[in-house]
Amino acid sequence: MGVGTFDRGIHPEYHKELTSGKRIESAALPKTVIIPLQQHAGAPCVPLVKKGDTVVEGQKIGDVKAFVSAPVHASISGKVKDVELSHHPVGVRTLSVIIEGDGAVKQWPVNERVSLDSLTPDAIRGNIREAGIVGMGGAAFPSSVKLQPPKGVTIDIVILNGCECEPYLTADHRLMVEEPEKVVWGLTAIMKAVGASKGIIGIEENKPDAIEAVQKAASNSSNVSVAVLAAKYPQGAEKMLIQAAVKRKVPVGKLPLDAGVLVNNVGTAVAFYEALNWGKPLIERVLTVSGNAVSQPKNLRVRIGASFEDILNQCGGLVREGTGVIPPSVEVLNGGPMMGIAQGTLNVPVVKGTSGITALKTVSLKREGYGPCIKCAACVEVCPMGLMPYRLGDYGRAQRTVEFKDWAGLSCIECGCCSYVCPAKRPLVHWIRVAKFKARTETVKVAK
Amino acid sequence: MQTGTMVIISVVSMGGIGAVLAAFLAVADKKFKTLEDPRVELLLNILPSSNCGGCGYPGCRMLAEKLLAGDAPPNVCVAGGNRVAKELAAFLGVEAKEHTRMLAVVLCKGGHAEALRNARYKGEETCTAANLTAGDKACTYGCLGYGECVDACKYDAMAMDANGVPVVFYDKCIGCGACVRACPRNIIEMHPEDHKLFVYCRSKDKGAYAKKVCAVSCIACGLCVKDCSVAGGIALKDNLAVVDYATAPQNDESTKRCPTKCIFSGIEEKVTKEAFLSVARKKAV
Repeated sequence: MGVGTFDRGIHPEYHKELTSGKRIESAALPKTVIIPLQQHAGAPCVPLVKKGDTVVEGQKIGDVKAFVSAPVHASISGKVKDVELSHHPVGVRTLSVIIEGDGAVKQWPVNERVSLDSLTPDAIRGNIREAGIVGMGGAAFPSSVKLQPPKGVTIDIVILNGCECEPYLTADHRLMVEEPEKVVWGLTAIMKAVGASKGIIGIEENKPDAIEAVQKAASNSSNVSVAVLAAKYPQGAEKMLIQAAVKRKVPVGKLPLDAGVLVNNVGTAVAFYEALNWGKPLIERVLTVSGNAVSQPKNLRVRIGASFEDILNQCGGLVREGTGVIPPSVEVLNGGPMMGIAQGTLNVPVVKGTSGITALKTVSLKREGYGPCIKCAACVEVCPMGLMPYRLGDYGRAQRTVEFKDWAGLSCIECGCCSYVCPAKRPLVHWIRVAKFKARTETVKVAK
Repeated sequence: MQTGTMVIISVVSMGGIGAVLAAFLAVADKKFKTLEDPRVELLLNILPSSNCGGCGYPGCRMLAEKLLAGDAPPNVCVAGGNRVAKELAAFLGVEAKEHTRMLAVVLCKGGHAEALRNARYKGEETCTAANLTAGDKACTYGCLGYGECVDACKYDAMAMDANGVPVVFYDKCIGCGACVRACPRNIIEMHPEDHKLFVYCRSKDKGAYAKKVCAVSCIACGLCVKDCSVAGGIALKDNLAVVDYATAPQNDESTKRCPTKCIFSGIEEKVTKEAFLSVARKKAV
């Protein structure tokens, strides 16, 4: 059987051997956590606690009535030190709840297992909303919203994304190897919630141990299968994954559900299992700490809100403790090297969408200035969305929003393939990101 | 065929075609004539024709049409100022209204020397791009320092100073507001000429944090509120002093005790292009 794949894309160096063989370890309980009230796409939460309150692990500390949102929970027991603006790994400062821990650890009923037949789709959706589960692949879109397709749309296939095409990251890989039952159970729960008849777990062929483990776990379920996919970037992007696994194409500007498909991350499926069986909200996640500036790369199970500094110190350290300053010889990224965001300080918390922390030596990064476009079309050849990145980048720089939209700039998924291959080292995806932002804000202004 | 005959045939046929086409054009000119208000052209002679967009319309021609339709008041042209306002009023036969000169004010003084930088920004050097990742300054409200406002100014009325914040030359600024639209942090505001007292900070952070990240930030201590001779002339809102221009006196009596010197009065007279360039030249030597 041939492996599924999509058009174009690139083959970056994966560097996954640093952590792919290492078991998931539990990180030490953090002394303080900073929990941003916006960790998801959508409306930010309103704090439910105030300074001085005592909270217990798993207690809801922020919620909002908006449909597209997810509540946040205390990841450790302790006292609320403050509710104030604090640094967020995705850029601007956001309102956050800072909790000082008292060291108490809650025991979750880990042997509890409910039967899926006893849960109605509505109950699944309600529990998932209350547990604050969001897409754990990085975009952090609230899962409960995904489980509620608009009227008239039928979803027949649910795909679990186990590709993990981003270099260095192995968190999903280890989850599939170590907890395949949870992954398969989570998938069947998602299928039940949306009434899908078929479940597919897409895994890249460079993870044979994960393919074997998941295939074994799925052998009892007749409607769940494993799709082996080519190891290629960005295989894990939603639209690419759908094309590779079920040979369907999502129309331009539409969502996967318009093609009758729902895509979730394997980490999300594990969170589903823990929320529905144990009643455990999303208060910790598995992430990979890797990169050539980390002396002991690891896969860690980390509480949401633990600081990057705390976690890096448990992996052999990076800087002097307590300073929060990143030395100029190192770049620290929230996520992997292709789509991750460089951090300005280490005092940023792990959020629900943090799939990894990558620390790279600056000397290993090529960052000489960029030259003029030589119209070689290397970016066009690799763009998985079939766009013309060199052209979109120029429209973005010239602030020509109308042309940018006409050339479908808004459907760019910001995977970074174009910048990766550009022989003139032009930061194409950066320009396109800025142009996308401008185009969106201008649309809002016109709508007003 | 003889050469003479060929010449006659050529002349006649070409002339014939020309005559037919000319007749068509003459008929079309009469039949499809669009009537444009001749006053639009006359108004365009009065208007500065700079198409700055300061009036809110895309260009001077659009404004001329709106003026004739009575949709726009005659004192709306910011680039023309009082002279154009008077001429327009006279032309349109309406009562002349005083034109208030509007000026752009940059409400941030946190440059290289004052603002703390806690990150390294290596992306495209425009404010919009930097704002996506909050830039390299610790203050998330202040000037990013990449000069998109200066690029937007068509009247050569702005420049980045040596400290990395933009300055407006008040002898050159015509008040079109292009810089206001360009700034992603919204730190530039348009104010009538008679406003003199400004709080040069937009930080809504609590005092302790604001002071930590910028030496000239408003820390919301409330001294200017107490010192203002009119009660309620200056108020605190979201950790920031806000001047009520309807009541507050536009002098510097309330600003003397400001610990960070972020509120002061009467900057316009001092900053002219001449003054700016003379300082810059001195530094260069």
